[in-house]
Amino acid sequence: MPAFIIRRLLQSMIVMFFVAMVAFLMFNYVGDPVHQMVGIDTSFEDREALRESLGLNDPVPVQFFRFIGNAAKFEFGISYQHKRSVTGLFKERLPATLELSFVAALLSLVIGLPMGVYAGLKPDGWLSKVFLSFSLIGVSLPTFLIGILLIFIFAVTLGWLPSYGRGEVMHIGWWSTGLPTISGLKALIMPSITLGLFQLTLIMRLVRSEMLEVLRTDYIKFARARGLSNRAIYFGHALKNTLVPVITITGLQIGSIIAFAIITETVFQWPGMGLLFLQAIHNVDIPIMAAYLMLVAFFFVVINLTVDILYYVVDPRLRLDLGKANGS
Amino acid sequence: MNTPLLNVENLCIEFPTRRGTLVAVDDISFTINPGEIVGVVGESGAGKSLTGQSIIGLLEPPGRIAGGSIRLNDQRIDNLPENQMRKIRGKKIGMIFQDPLTSLNPLYTIGKQLIETIQTHTDMTVTQAREHAVNLLEEVGIPAAAKRIDHYPYQFSGGMRQRVVIALALCVNPLLIIADEPTTALDVSIQAQIITLLKKLCKDHGTAVILITHDMGVIAETADRVAVMYAGRLVEVGLVRQVVKQAAHPYAKGLMNAIPSLTKRVEKLTQIDGTMPGLKDIPNGCAFHPRCPDCMDICREKRPELTDIGPTQVACWSYHDCKH
Ligand SMILES: Nc1ncnc2c1ncn2[C@@H]1O[C@H](COP(=O)(O)OP(=O)(O)OP(=O)(O)O)[C@@H](O)[C@H]1O
Ligand SMILES: [Mg+2]
Repeated sequence: MPAFIIRRLLQSMIVMFFVAMVAFLMFNYVGDPVHQMVGIDTSFEDREALRESLGLNDPVPVQFFRFIGNAAKFEFGISYQHKRSVTGLFKERLPATLELSFVAALLSLVIGLPMGVYAGLKPDGWLSKVFLSFSLIGVSLPTFLIGILLIFIFAVTLGWLPSYGRGEVMHIGWWSTGLPTISGLKALIMPSITLGLFQLTLIMRLVRSEMLEVLRTDYIKFARARGLSNRAIYFGHALKNTLVPVITITGLQIGSIIAFAIITETVFQWPGMGLLFLQAIHNVDIPIMAAYLMLVAFFFVVINLTVDILYYVVDPRLRLDLGKANGS
Repeated sequence: MNTPLLNVENLCIEFPTRRGTLVAVDDISFTINPGEIVGVVGESGAGKSLTGQSIIGLLEPPGRIAGGSIRLNDQRIDNLPENQMRKIRGKKIGMIFQDPLTSLNPLYTIGKQLIETIQTHTDMTVTQAREHAVNLLEEVGIPAAAKRIDHYPYQFSGGMRQRVVIALALCVNPLLIIADEPTTALDVSIQAQIITLLKKLCKDHGTAVILITHDMGVIAETADRVAVMYAGRLVEVGLVRQVVKQAAHPYAKGLMNAIPSLTKRVEKLTQIDGTMPGLKDIPNGCAFHPRCPDCMDICREKRPELTDIGPTQVACWSYHDCKH
């Protein structure tokens, strides 16, 4: 494995370490955990006993490393409001959020990329102009407004789609999915469009401008001068060169899709982590907040790492160290 | 009379703009014989690149051919539909651009780019195409070609890349190559090598070349004939020896005097005063007359046509007199 990926891996671990530190500080210093866990009528002795049993009297570094150790096993204790283990709660909620985010990201890529390519190849076509105006809407309307508009049209007025919830879900082990059922799929349509629309338009605009840029380059002119077919030029030579920035943005956007799912989940009462997190904020449910923070950070780190590896696959110039090795 | 390979007649190229049409190439005619190297010189903006682009059918809009015809082996190619023109590009007419650093797609190995091009124009299998590609790379002087074929463009130096570009342009033996300042972007020490290589390859393959350059020295050493352009018009066409020694047109004379030479002792290199007019303000009559030392009345009024004056063709009123 090339050195730069190992370097990235180390950097990711450092990032996670600092996020863990923030989560830990929040855990221990935002309010008193014991205070949150017990009722008003608990005696002072009982509180001290609980404090001792939770290890809150240990020196801070010891507590911190215990926190990290637990975090690595994804154990964040008991939720204050739900009186259940955070791990269990997240297991319940994670599939909903990931499914929604994944479908939204896929939607934005599968629709945004071809639209962008088309608009880049035919910049003066009327359809390209329609795409561009449409993308303006996607970029400028806030997510919740799009959600509410969709609900108003398709749920309230037309009654075609459910306005809230996930519909019927199937359980595969602890994972739950709405994809195999009709009602689950129906329930997924509006939230994923709402969540993915911004990304879709972003990807479309990006691909379009990259495509326009690449088509002006000398190697495209030279490819034309060699009589290559339009298909080979557009999809073989041009598209691949637009991919590096597209991968970057898509990667970053998947991270923010997961993070922005909070709003969409609220609008559609989608039983995911975002909703859980919002409720946790209301109730100062620190374990959930800490866990959410760690999880989102973890997703970002994993996505960034994937993006780096993809760069490496797409762009040979990054394989420079290998190229040097077999002599040039 | 043998038929020329390429016959350009009364070619006009214009750009429609909001403030009227700009005529960038104005009624030029010339021929290229098979296997011949023709140099094209002229100041920046004279229309050299546009002429080259229009021959290979890659004129970029809004530029368009407004008149005249281009024939390759007596077949008209200036009005062919795109899908037929594509079969001519690369196969019959190749093109080499100025900058080898940016002419190759950075994301593909040079082998892939060669094989792709060969397979576009022939029925070769991948293995055959690859073998052919390796031979070509050897021919253009890439050492260890069998191994280097799997390298990416960034792994080659500028001079090596331009060799790869030449291999790409020559890979299915086109009849004509348009080389638009093929060495301008290169190190001076490499320029001569590349030009020598290009000349040798084209002689070996019998390929004709239109060599666009600012470097009269290169033309003098490489080309058989030279065409001098000024403000979108041809002002002189003739054998290189003739034009270098005894240019007829005052502009061409000026250009030739500006070549530093090892053989003749020159006190100082001369320079042509003034600048070439922009497309918007090309004067009436002969476009060169405001800068011409021998300007006459007729030069301001009527445009001189390119006419035979024996050894060369010149567009200048001074010579029309001696003909009639
Ligand atoms: N898109 C365009 N719109 C308007 N004018 C243009 C356009 N493209 C080129 N021209 C004009 O056409 C003229 C000829 O351009 P061309 O590129 O053929 O010059 P050239 O002789 O190749 O010059 P150089 O030596 O700098 O390459 C120039 O005056 C240029 O300004
Ligand atoms: Mg040019």
